Amino acid sequence: MNHLSSIFINRSRFAVFFSLVLILGMTWTIVSSADRAETTSGLIPSPREGFLAPDFTLTTLDGEQVTLSDMRGDPVILNLWASWCPPCRAEMPAIQEVYDSNRDRGLKVLAVNMTYQDSAPAAEAFVREFNLTFPIPLDTTGAVGNGYQMRALPSTFFIDSDGVIRQVIIGGPMSEATLQSAVEALFEDGS
Amino acid sequence: MLPILQIGPLAIQLPGLLLLAGVWVATLLIERAAPRYKISAASVNSMIFYALIAGLIGARLGYVLQFVDAYAADPISILALNPNTLSFPEGLLVGILTAIVYGQRKGLPLWPTLDAMAPGLALFMLSLGLAHISSGDAFGAPTDVPWAINLWGAERHPSQVYEILGSGLVLLFVMRAERQRWIPGIHALSFVALTAALRLFLEAFRGDSVLIFAGLRLAQLLSLTILLAALVLIHFRARESAEQT
Repeated sequence: MNHLSSIFINRSRFAVFFSLVLILGMTWTIVSSADRAETTSGLIPSPREGFLAPDFTLTTLDGEQVTLSDMRGDPVILNLWASWCPPCRAEMPAIQEVYDSNRDRGLKVLAVNMTYQDSAPAAEAFVREFNLTFPIPLDTTGAVGNGYQMRALPSTFFIDSDGVIRQVIIGGPMSEATLQSAVEALFEDGS
Repeated sequence: MLPILQIGPLAIQLPGLLLLAGVWVATLLIERAAPRYKISAASVNSMIFYALIAGLIGARLGYVLQFVDAYAADPISILALNPNTLSFPEGLLVGILTAIVYGQRKGLPLWPTLDAMAPGLALFMLSLGLAHISSGDAFGAPTDVPWAINLWGAERHPSQVYEILGSGLVLLFVMRAERQRWIPGIHALSFVALTAALRLFLEAFRGDSVLIFAGLRLAQLLSLTILLAALVLIHFRARESAEQT
């Protein structure tokens, strides 16, 4: 019978050991308690869940300027796409559907074309083919692609009305129900 | 941080791949350990398989139930191959229940079966750490220690590295302990106790903790509870066997 096993067999030794673990554990838990500000990272811009969506200003296909942070107050679907990417092609009609059925509730969609890996005419043909009615900002320099650490197309960021990213979906195509459930979650957070 | 492995035209999501590899190697380890505890490797293997499948179905249904309206309009999407639309707690619950029901039907003895699973589970925890470092999840709190890493817009504790080192040590302990002829249940319970103790310690360096009242971290309170429960169970098992002899 070695020393360690006697701790677990002998009742009073175990009681001492148990209390010691309890006290040490609680002490460590209290010592390492944190301010809400330390763990919620909502104010740091970074392309992940729980962080502030990195801001950008781009020119759209229609020649207008859009700034992401101007959309605070409304939930935003930010989709990064290119015309040569088959899953982007497959999911764009679903994005349009979800936009149509939620725009009255305030949903915004920004479908940023990765123009630095694509071309504006190709993007324009794509938009006409699918009758897209939301703004199509053109990322000609890769600023958004890099800022959002884009590694696969499509990438979709669901941003709440405070500008915080609530969900990230890398790859696609997303179905309408996937999109709609993510949008519902955005509206639930906001209200 | 390497979330996507690009092989020619294929973009492979590395975290998922690492977890899948973890499940695979874990199953091999459990199969190898089963005869040591005199239980059928084939039965344990099937139990894990059914629990995984049921867990996956439960996780998807759990998610769908949260957004019934969206899925009523587009029911075929319930089958979508999208890991984002899975709800983890429901999946875990359904998976564990399936394992219990299957294990009872096959007459798998509780403690020896759990003992046989300990090395596999320890290896899975290690693969979870590797998946975290690949995706950048389970990230650390901002810090100015010299070994801080730049991640998600701040200098942070490399919490994923701590996690890998810690779960590596637990795995080493569990593998070495396999040779010990302990009473049934102690292998599994010591793995649970060590894993809970590790999380209790390392959660302090995380930057994504869920906080409850007074800034206390939920994961630490849960880990401490699990650790204490595991110790009490070890105590009961040890006394039971001491009284028998």
